[in-house]
Amino acid sequence: MKELSLHILDIAMNSVKAGASLIEITLTEAGGVLTVTVRDDGAGMTPEFLATVTDPFTTTRTTRKVGLGIPLLKLAAEQTGGTFAIESAPGAGTTVTTAFHTGHMDNPPLGDIAGSVMSLIQGSPDIDVVYTHSAPAGEASLDTRVLREALGGIPLESPDVLLWIQQTIEEEERSFQP
Amino acid sequence: MKSIEDLKKIREETLKNINLRKEDNDHAVRVVVGMATCGIAAGARPVLAACLEEVRVRNLADVAVTQTGCIGVCRLEPIVEVFTPGQEKVTYVKMTPEKARRVIAEHVVNRQVVSEYTIGAAE
Ligand SMILES: Nc1ncnc2c1ncn2[C@@H]1O[C@H](COP(=O)(O)OP(=O)(O)OP(=O)(O)O)[C@@H](O)[C@H]1O
Ligand SMILES: [Mg+2]
Repeated sequence: MKELSLHILDIAMNSVKAGASLIEITLTEAGGVLTVTVRDDGAGMTPEFLATVTDPFTTTRTTRKVGLGIPLLKLAAEQTGGTFAIESAPGAGTTVTTAFHTGHMDNPPLGDIAGSVMSLIQGSPDIDVVYTHSAPAGEASLDTRVLREALGGIPLESPDVLLWIQQTIEEEERSFQP
Repeated sequence: MKSIEDLKKIREETLKNINLRKEDNDHAVRVVVGMATCGIAAGARPVLAACLEEVRVRNLADVAVTQTGCIGVCRLEPIVEVFTPGQEKVTYVKMTPEKARRVIAEHVVNRQVVSEYTIGAAE
């Protein structure tokens, strides 16, 4: 994947498949390290299954034998000298935490994170998504629970709402990114 | 600067227009974008964005853009399927945002399949 935001979208899709009702995507930048956390309240995994998940020959999917999403993210983080961790329990949801060394030459650009968050919401408008990106120079955030309240029954996947979501995150990201 | 107030405006506009829109689901067209890992890695996100933008700009109220998981032919991703009433499903492969815009204009709006992008032409 060329962008970190594509990994994030892909990992959040696992949360969708796990039946999550809330997905929290948190990016924190400090001291040359970008920590990315994707947390959900979906079905979770047993310890035995979790132990095999970073191995690319594990997947519960039927159309193709090899699950790629998690191994690809783990590889991307470790290539920057960073770390990967996954915590999960049946009924308790799953948290994937990765750290990237942003100064490393193999560090992927964040890319179109606004597009990823918008795509996630468009594909699963019944799930709540909380996006937070904090850096020393500023913060970008979005919480679909707040949007829902303002929209009073107008669906999140309405074209004008999706455009607003994309543009709002883009604007906030630009306010503190070089 | 964007604000929550914009959403309240969107809400009012939507409620105003809702009566003008006829809920005619027999004529609904479905555009389905494959968004599994293989699709995302191959460029499905900008393809989805292009489909959404065309539908918004052209005000195609009876067109639903949805996402699906793995369609099964990873090497042909990004894949877009178009379902129109009374027609067989058409599968478009190796899509780009530009190709997606053409599919919306020619197939979704004018009901002319863009044969050169279909899975049949690629195999
Ligand atoms: N958030 C999650 N909650 C519950 N189970 C998960 C979660 N994330 C991953 N899994 C389990 O781990 C497996 C491997 O995930 P991974 O993303 O690597 O591959 P995949 O989703 O199966 O396929 P691909 O990502 O290649 O389309 C999944 O099939 C699923 O069973
Ligand atoms: Mg996956």
